[in-house]
Amino acid sequence: MEERKIIIPGETIVQGDEFLPGDGARREGQDIVACKYGLSDVSDKLVRVIPLSGVYAPRRGNVIIGTVVGITFKGWLIDFGSHINGFLNVTEVPRYIGRGELRDHFDFGDVVCAKVFGTDGGNVDLSVKLRGFGRIQGGQLVNVNPNKVPRVIGKEGSMVNLIKVASNCDVTVGQNGVIWVIGDKIEDELNARKIIEYVCENSFLAGLTEKVEDYVKNTLKLEIKQTRFENAEIASENQQEEQPGEQQ
Amino acid sequence: MVTSAYKKRSDGRKFDELRPIIAKVGVVPSADGSAMYQSGKTRAIAVVRGPRLLHPKHMENPEKGILRVTYQMMSFSVWDRIKPGNSRRGQEISKVSEWALNEVVDLDAFPNSVVDVIIQIPQADAGTRVAGINAAAMALAQAGVPMREMIAAVAVGKMDRTLVVDVDKEEEDFEEGEGPTDVPIALTSRSNKIVLLQLDGKISVPELRELITMSKAGCKKINEVQMKALKEPGKEVKG
Repeated sequence: MEERKIIIPGETIVQGDEFLPGDGARREGQDIVACKYGLSDVSDKLVRVIPLSGVYAPRRGNVIIGTVVGITFKGWLIDFGSHINGFLNVTEVPRYIGRGELRDHFDFGDVVCAKVFGTDGGNVDLSVKLRGFGRIQGGQLVNVNPNKVPRVIGKEGSMVNLIKVASNCDVTVGQNGVIWVIGDKIEDELNARKIIEYVCENSFLAGLTEKVEDYVKNTLKLEIKQTRFENAEIASENQQEEQPGEQQ
Repeated sequence: MVTSAYKKRSDGRKFDELRPIIAKVGVVPSADGSAMYQSGKTRAIAVVRGPRLLHPKHMENPEKGILRVTYQMMSFSVWDRIKPGNSRRGQEISKVSEWALNEVVDLDAFPNSVVDVIIQIPQADAGTRVAGINAAAMALAQAGVPMREMIAAVAVGKMDRTLVVDVDKEEEDFEEGEGPTDVPIALTSRSNKIVLLQLDGKISVPELRELITMSKAGCKKINEVQMKALKEPGKEVKG
């Protein structure tokens, strides 16, 4: 694999007929040209641009954390930091809600963890039917750049596990860049926040997990307890099911 | 050889030489994308926010996102104070910059939304609209807005009968002979398409042809500086 470089829109990434343009790239004669600002990624003839910035583009199956900004007759409008608001239908809530009872369930300003189950026609349809979704209470929300979410999750959830184990908190990562952290003590939550911020600042480093382990042990002076790890691994399996789009 | 009353540039530049450029990407941390572009004493700061929800709702386009450019000069940017806020001139420049930038951005993926570009001029010494477009192109790229290519813009002038690249305020006020003609031109980086050409003053067709050729060389240099600045965000790049 070639070294990753910062690519500017309109710049030629590679030349040759054998290459295929992927996300953020297009073909122009012999050249594969970038359509986005980001890092070039040439792997196995597929050329794509990994974005460094830009708004979160919702995809089917993503887990998002957002705020209720509107209530209609049929459901709730959820703002999750994208260019469009998501819609949570009353039928996508795991219990019957009568007319006029919507505000009793989710009110304005409530923070909701939901799953994207469709993005057709420019609408983003959300669901909270599965276990673990719904209104979020307590804990803290950490906002990160949505393009760095894959780093926070890590390969097969390794980074999330590390954060969970090190800080003794439960961590739910929304693909839109909102992370919910809840622990027994506020200090634990603050530690988790520090680790997440460290991950985002150093997201470009190779071998990030080891660096973060170092940071946890030497800078934050926290122990990584092995016993809790086993529980975390079970949790990560759930997380994986929830986040199929995590590998990048 | 035609004789011209304009024989030497006031600041000693060659006729096809640009003013010293300073470019920096990421000057406003709270924005999605931002850039500063300085050419001589002219300085422009561009800020990009979005794609985000569009208000007022009647401006929404269900087929693709829209671009909204606001150009403003700060009240202290020139010698005698400029009244801050909307002006007829500001509206015109906002609109032509918007048309120029619209040629390269691709907002098909963001229906019903808006990308706001705010261009501020803290210091003006002619060529503010081209400086604004140069900064806006960098800011849009940094914000992660899908773009087909970059844009570079330069103002080429005709002082009496001499063509000069990157006009400054002193040259703009040159009144001898045929007087000054100022032609701001914006070109795309890859296909070299003209996306902005404004002209006030007198110029013949062969002269305009030559002027466009001169602008191409200037824009190429500006584009190189833009690329350098984008490769090293947060660093001041000189050119």
